[in-house]
Amino acid sequence: MQYEISLLTIMGISIIAALSLNLIVGFCGQISLGHAAFLGVGAYTSAMLTKAGVPFTAAVAASMLMAGIIGTVVGFTSLRVREDFLAITTMGVGFLFLGIVRKQDFLGGEMGIAMIPDPGLGKVGYLVLVLLLAATLALFSIYLKRSWMGFTFDAVADDEDTANLVGIDVSSYKLIAFAMGTAFAGLAGALYAHNIKFIDPESFGFVESITILSMVVIGGTGSVWGVTIAAGVLSIFPMWFQFIDDYKLLVYGGLLCMIMLFSPDGLSGIFGRFLNTIRGKNFNASGQ
Amino acid sequence: MLFFDLLVQGLLQGGIYALIAIGLTLVYGLLRILHVAHAGLYTLGGYIAILITNATGSFTLGITVSMVSVGFMGMVIYRLIYQPILEKPPFVALIASIGLFIAMEEIYRIVFGAYGITFADAPLQGTLNIAGIYLRHCEIGALLLAALLITSLSLFTRYSRIGIAWRATVTDPGMSQSFGVDVIKVRYLNFFIGSAMAAGAGSMVAVMNNLVEPTMGSVPSYKALAIIVLGGLGNVRGTVIAALIIGVAEAFGTIYLGNILDRDSIAFALLILVLMVKPTGLFSKG
Repeated sequence: MQYEISLLTIMGISIIAALSLNLIVGFCGQISLGHAAFLGVGAYTSAMLTKAGVPFTAAVAASMLMAGIIGTVVGFTSLRVREDFLAITTMGVGFLFLGIVRKQDFLGGEMGIAMIPDPGLGKVGYLVLVLLLAATLALFSIYLKRSWMGFTFDAVADDEDTANLVGIDVSSYKLIAFAMGTAFAGLAGALYAHNIKFIDPESFGFVESITILSMVVIGGTGSVWGVTIAAGVLSIFPMWFQFIDDYKLLVYGGLLCMIMLFSPDGLSGIFGRFLNTIRGKNFNASGQ
Repeated sequence: MLFFDLLVQGLLQGGIYALIAIGLTLVYGLLRILHVAHAGLYTLGGYIAILITNATGSFTLGITVSMVSVGFMGMVIYRLIYQPILEKPPFVALIASIGLFIAMEEIYRIVFGAYGITFADAPLQGTLNIAGIYLRHCEIGALLLAALLITSLSLFTRYSRIGIAWRATVTDPGMSQSFGVDVIKVRYLNFFIGSAMAAGAGSMVAVMNNLVEPTMGSVPSYKALAIIVLGGLGNVRGTVIAALIIGVAEAFGTIYLGNILDRDSIAFALLILVLMVKPTGLFSKG
């Protein structure tokens, strides 16, 4: 039972991380290749604060705030550069985060931070907390997608210039997307830190950024349930199949490449086409 | 003397970066694809050079075979991966390329082992003293190779017919096609030359470190992206200059900024700084 609980906890945290990136990449159409850095900011903030005696809830709130603030600053770059340039810039932010943290002794440098305090909820309590937060974020995403803000994000994602032309304040919406996405990434990072109880710079590297991005892409960028399912499956996939662990990255890389080749809109795209085929048949069957 | 030592080491590293980044920027200029998997070909170049050299005892043969075969490998990647998704939005190719690169590194690890392979008898290891700066033969070789390849590329694109057609295609694919340029041939040529240059860099780095590991390409791959963005995407001359700047900045940065930033993030710090001031890179056209 212990094992299943820890698997589900990891799954919940991955879902929060993937949904947070989905707000930026899926909803607002701004590519980000450095998302793990914001998980890192959240994890380090929460770890440092709780070690200094701050209560768990306050530390998690602070880490969301911290990641959100840094995320907004990074979001400003998206106002200056677009598409390919933005992809490389956000990737650069990820490497910069690693480069800085590695050299800071008060953050533990290469060794990382160990003995991060337990939030005192017990294994099951912590799992319930993580799953509740993941569900809340999923519901929030669905709500957001259907709100006026969701439509505005869609407009910005589809065609920035036209959106600007019809009077949408593109810059503000991009910043809002970055602020929200990175704040939730901070939450995921803090939850990760208190779950594993040990963090080092390598836990938030480029491969992790890509892993989160692959969850979003494989799920179908912008699709809330697609991303949730992809994150859930991909996060525990390598642990269920221990024999695949050695080939985990090969499978990730191959899947990423294949999905882009054959179905760039991911699981939700495959499902959508499947639905259309069925509907198409019904449509014909009814003789119309 | 430390100043000149650092400068030479920086230029050497910059030359290697330039060889890798030129292929990337050529691909970007022609197809608007950020070809991350390019660094996988650089690693492959190192592996082939070591395997052939160990088998035949001739490093010249090793580096030649490596450059030619990796050049063809680049064409295969274009045909299988990029050609089907050229019409898709840019991030599709980028993510496919990252996926391919991760998979390539894993294949190297599974085939050649996690600890890498070395030369049985490493060539060009003697040292030469030039005005008080000690350089190994392989380092001089790498500098010469970089200079040779970059010069011949610029002569080739300036004076040969297909080179001129190539530049025309980069400037305006539609127009050059209507003037009878075979755009598909130009793309294959592009991937062949870019990949071969990366393999040349990979072979020289293999000699300098006497080691090729599966992850040899990781850091250069992302750094090369920073370099081509800094050089103004698609601009070869800008890329070479940016590569040399990054090489030198790293050599000095490791000494003077070593306690706040690690070596590999200096390029990105520089990149972000430049982009915030000039969002299209240092040497963008127009």
